[in-house]
Amino acid sequence: MKIAVCVKHVPEGHGRIDPASKRLDRSGEGALNHFDANAVEEALRIKGDGDGEVVVVSMGPEKAADSLRKALAMGADRAVLVSDAALAGSDLVATSKVLAGALASEEADLVLFGQQASDADGAVLWAAVAERLRRPVVSQAAEVTVTGDTVRVKRQTEFGYDVIETRLPAVVAVSDAINEPRYPSLKGIMGAKKKPFETLTLADTGVDAADAGEAGSKTEVLALGSPPARGDSRKIEGDANAPQAIVDFLAEKRLV
Amino acid sequence: MSTLVFLEHHGGELQKGSLGVLAKAASLGDADAVLVGGGVSALATEAGTYGAKTVHVADDASLDPPLPQARVDVIAKVVADGGYDTVLFANSVLAADIAAGLAARLDAGLNWDLVDITSDFVGKRPALQDSVLVDVGWKSTPRLGLFRAGSFDAAPAGGGAPQVVLAAVELEEHSRAATIVDQQLEEASGPSIEDADVIVAGGRGLGAPENFTLAEELARALGGAVGATRAVVDAGWYPYSAQIGQTGKTVSPKLYVALGISGAIQHKVGMQSSSVIVAINKDANAPIFEFSDLGVVGDVHEIVPKLTELVNQRKSS
Amino acid sequence: MTVRASDYPPPFAAAEFVGEPTDPADERIDVGVLIVGAGPAGLACAIRLGQLLEQHPEVAERLGDVPVALLEKGKQPGSHLLSGAVVNPRALRKLGFRMEDLPSYGPVHNESVYVLTGRNALRIPPPPTMRNHGNWVFSLSRLGRWLGERAEEGGTTILPETTAERLLVAHGRLVGVRTGDKGRGRDAEPLGNYEPGADLVAKVTVLAEGTQGHLTGVALDHFGLRGDEPQVWELGVKEVWKVPRKLDRVIHTMGWPLRTAAKYREFGGSFIYPMGDDMLTIGMVVGLDYRDVELSAHDLLQELKTHPKIRKLLEGGERVAWGAKTIPSGGFHSLPTRLHAPGLLLCGDGVGLVNIARLKGVHYAIESGRLAAESAFASLQRGATPATALGSYDDAIRSSFIYDDLREVRDMRQVFGRGFFVGGALASAMTVSKGRLAPGKLRAEPDADQPLLRTDRGSRYPGPDGILTFDKLSSVFLSGNKTRDDQPNHIRIERRVPRDVADLWINMCPAQVYELGTEGGDGTVTVQLAPSNCVQCGAITAKGGRLTPPEGGSGPEYTNT
Repeated sequence: MKIAVCVKHVPEGHGRIDPASKRLDRSGEGALNHFDANAVEEALRIKGDGDGEVVVVSMGPEKAADSLRKALAMGADRAVLVSDAALAGSDLVATSKVLAGALASEEADLVLFGQQASDADGAVLWAAVAERLRRPVVSQAAEVTVTGDTVRVKRQTEFGYDVIETRLPAVVAVSDAINEPRYPSLKGIMGAKKKPFETLTLADTGVDAADAGEAGSKTEVLALGSPPARGDSRKIEGDANAPQAIVDFLAEKRLV
Repeated sequence: MSTLVFLEHHGGELQKGSLGVLAKAASLGDADAVLVGGGVSALATEAGTYGAKTVHVADDASLDPPLPQARVDVIAKVVADGGYDTVLFANSVLAADIAAGLAARLDAGLNWDLVDITSDFVGKRPALQDSVLVDVGWKSTPRLGLFRAGSFDAAPAGGGAPQVVLAAVELEEHSRAATIVDQQLEEASGPSIEDADVIVAGGRGLGAPENFTLAEELARALGGAVGATRAVVDAGWYPYSAQIGQTGKTVSPKLYVALGISGAIQHKVGMQSSSVIVAINKDANAPIFEFSDLGVVGDVHEIVPKLTELVNQRKSS
Repeated sequence: MTVRASDYPPPFAAAEFVGEPTDPADERIDVGVLIVGAGPAGLACAIRLGQLLEQHPEVAERLGDVPVALLEKGKQPGSHLLSGAVVNPRALRKLGFRMEDLPSYGPVHNESVYVLTGRNALRIPPPPTMRNHGNWVFSLSRLGRWLGERAEEGGTTILPETTAERLLVAHGRLVGVRTGDKGRGRDAEPLGNYEPGADLVAKVTVLAEGTQGHLTGVALDHFGLRGDEPQVWELGVKEVWKVPRKLDRVIHTMGWPLRTAAKYREFGGSFIYPMGDDMLTIGMVVGLDYRDVELSAHDLLQELKTHPKIRKLLEGGERVAWGAKTIPSGGFHSLPTRLHAPGLLLCGDGVGLVNIARLKGVHYAIESGRLAAESAFASLQRGATPATALGSYDDAIRSSFIYDDLREVRDMRQVFGRGFFVGGALASAMTVSKGRLAPGKLRAEPDADQPLLRTDRGSRYPGPDGILTFDKLSSVFLSGNKTRDDQPNHIRIERRVPRDVADLWINMCPAQVYELGTEGGDGTVTVQLAPSNCVQCGAITAKGGRLTPPEGGSGPEYTNT
């Protein structure tokens, strides 16, 4: 069984937006998006001791290799990085095309995603990629069980749980409640360097340059501003009627 | 401008979030709606009340399970046939999957996590833990927009009965592959911290672990979840699963009530994007008062029980 | 009754951290040379070894799949590095680097030394020991990251987020280290993703852990390497600021806000270094032999910034980083008797290779790392394993500039106590201050032995205004610290102590780890801890407790300190 996991290298620490490009400044240190670590962990659990293969795939700059290596250190078997100057500034539409292009040749039985990216740029990617691959997609997976060619997913929604079954090949996005990602062992970290690592250019994915990067993006960032100030903040001090004042305030905001 | 709004329903009722988006769309121009499910035709009229001129309905038992891909198929056809240039959604687990799938199907730009949109199609999107507001746009049509839950109030626009059009249901093979084999609805045991619209959080100012009942009772009265600061979790007063902050959970409920919490930055970054923050603390200089909407300097032990009582009274009247 | 922190020693014994390998032989990880600590010493060692092994592939072959392994407890090289820093380039040049290739902020162009009072800054000429002409300004964290890349290019395997928890000793010889466990909860219970540490076995182990290095301390005890004079430390706290006006000089100050009366034993000073066109770093250094329980190095730095001349430098700017770290300052007299043992070499700040009079240690660390590499390589080349095989390292250190420099300033301490102004500087300062800056007596006691006293010093620290001055928790946040809370406490202290000792620790710790707990009724209080705030500066070890490494990856994430 082949499981592909899409992972992202995201900026660490305090993000900042580069005023020139109006995009998230990705020049500093980065790390494996911790939501994607859940997806890698789930893939490793599903593979277990069997002879399947876990491939981690990422689209990003060269240093995204660090995150891929962390996934290899956790136990993934192979890594694929799609890295190309033409990819800079890709939005959801462009990114999903490129990832689908890279995944198409893998023909994985199961493609896993983490439920969101901590830099909020990668959320909802899974459904777009599934559409391009023409595969069923199930998101918010709190439990995933693979039996033969079927995958059963316990999906968390606002209302409770749905248990969904679909045939493979499928795309599943896992929630961060699904598991606790393992720490890479020392042997894992050292072994990661020897595992196969492939770097693809845009051309290798079969996607046209016009469909990727800023050129292929259908959305754009226009300007940055400050959010509306919190409004007038009120302070009550030493007021015996404080509880009533609070209720009135909440009523005014239609919160009770 | 021709806008289509996806209306989500559950338990035989239209969801407030998507009605809010419909009301917003109707305020900017003509807005139509699309409804997909089993036995949903009856809901079409209500859509008119919130401003929909036409409601496209795909009503079939096979569409009853809330799965996204069949909806992508239906909506894609409605968009193509109707020539809509804008499609809007209110965020939910289902809507997010539909919006993204639709973006790929139509090769259309999707801006998500929006909190507002202008009449000339500039979307407003918070970033970096809500410390910046970014203006985003679309370079082509159709434009897809996914709004943060609760961005708009669902206020009836006083519209009349809408025109109802039956939408064709032509599903792709991959859209039919998934089935729901079981559904478990959550008992009313209170929302989880991540989903809660209201969170009442306790800090060291509560004084002792047993005083967490103050927070619990207020949370119950407000229909919310209980959170805790790192300091009290470290001291063993409350479990780690309730910890909010830099090394705990990040939340953005509609209402955050902070009891006896000083507001150190490690806590602040976990809750600063809450819509409304009410803080009660006996230290007038506590940093939390710098970013709360209503700050009350006083004793939580005196204020909270009375507050809870008043809230309960209001609920029952 | 005089209270001393050393009367309440922590529950700690070196023997707890020494043992034989316990993993089955086929699970142990074998490497050639194991280096602990990706600081300047460890990285220099790794880089030099890479150079030597490339020139001698036959030796490299004998070292197996991983000829050089470098353990780093931080997230990556640089995460736990903090210094001024004005660096003497000679050791970097000996490694083969050209200054223009290194990520520096340029050479030092001008410098000034001031004696501060509350309102004024009296300039005094920089003494010979303080002249920095020919030296370069660096962020040690940035340099560490850069050197880490060079080390990897040279063939070193860097293992970040990995602690060295115990020494593996067999037949009197150091054979490697055991790495720390991950995934334990607050009560040390294994959590869902518990990952035990591993035995890492090596032919030669180099401990380059930096100030208060955990296994360095254990090794000095286990192998009986401690000299007669105890080591003593300073605590340095610093910030990095983005500023609208470029600072054109390196500045050192002494005097205010430290008190000059001998009974307080407040030695130290501050530094302000330019970092390119739009940044600067400002720091406060104070000897940990101070006696007032209300002294807070964190707050002294905040107070320093309110000085009218200093405030001007920061006006319109923004604080972008903060950190703290101790510096060993005993110098020559506090060096261990030997820097090697069977299978072991010791480098850098961990063994006190710091010239506090000049406030320099980075180039000694680098040189010691380079010499350790040469000695390790020579013994591997000879295939030598006898106990004295690594003795050439001590010989090399003794003939190096490290030894010459430390010996040159060894008696300064007698006259001037500690602090980094000696010779002409102090003479001028004494004149200018009308003799209030009196020399301290020869210090032979450990910092924790100082009898404590209490003043109202705490009432004069400025409150945080969020623009120029800040509180400790905001500072900890800016160090990038997001340590996992749900893990065992890594700080060993006696929990029930007199109020004075509790207050000493509470005020000393720049990261607000210690807090007042309940009163015991007999004059004692219980000390509570918030260990996840810890930035691993090491001050507690100097003042009566013991820092051990928390789970790998914990602690600050410095990038430009």
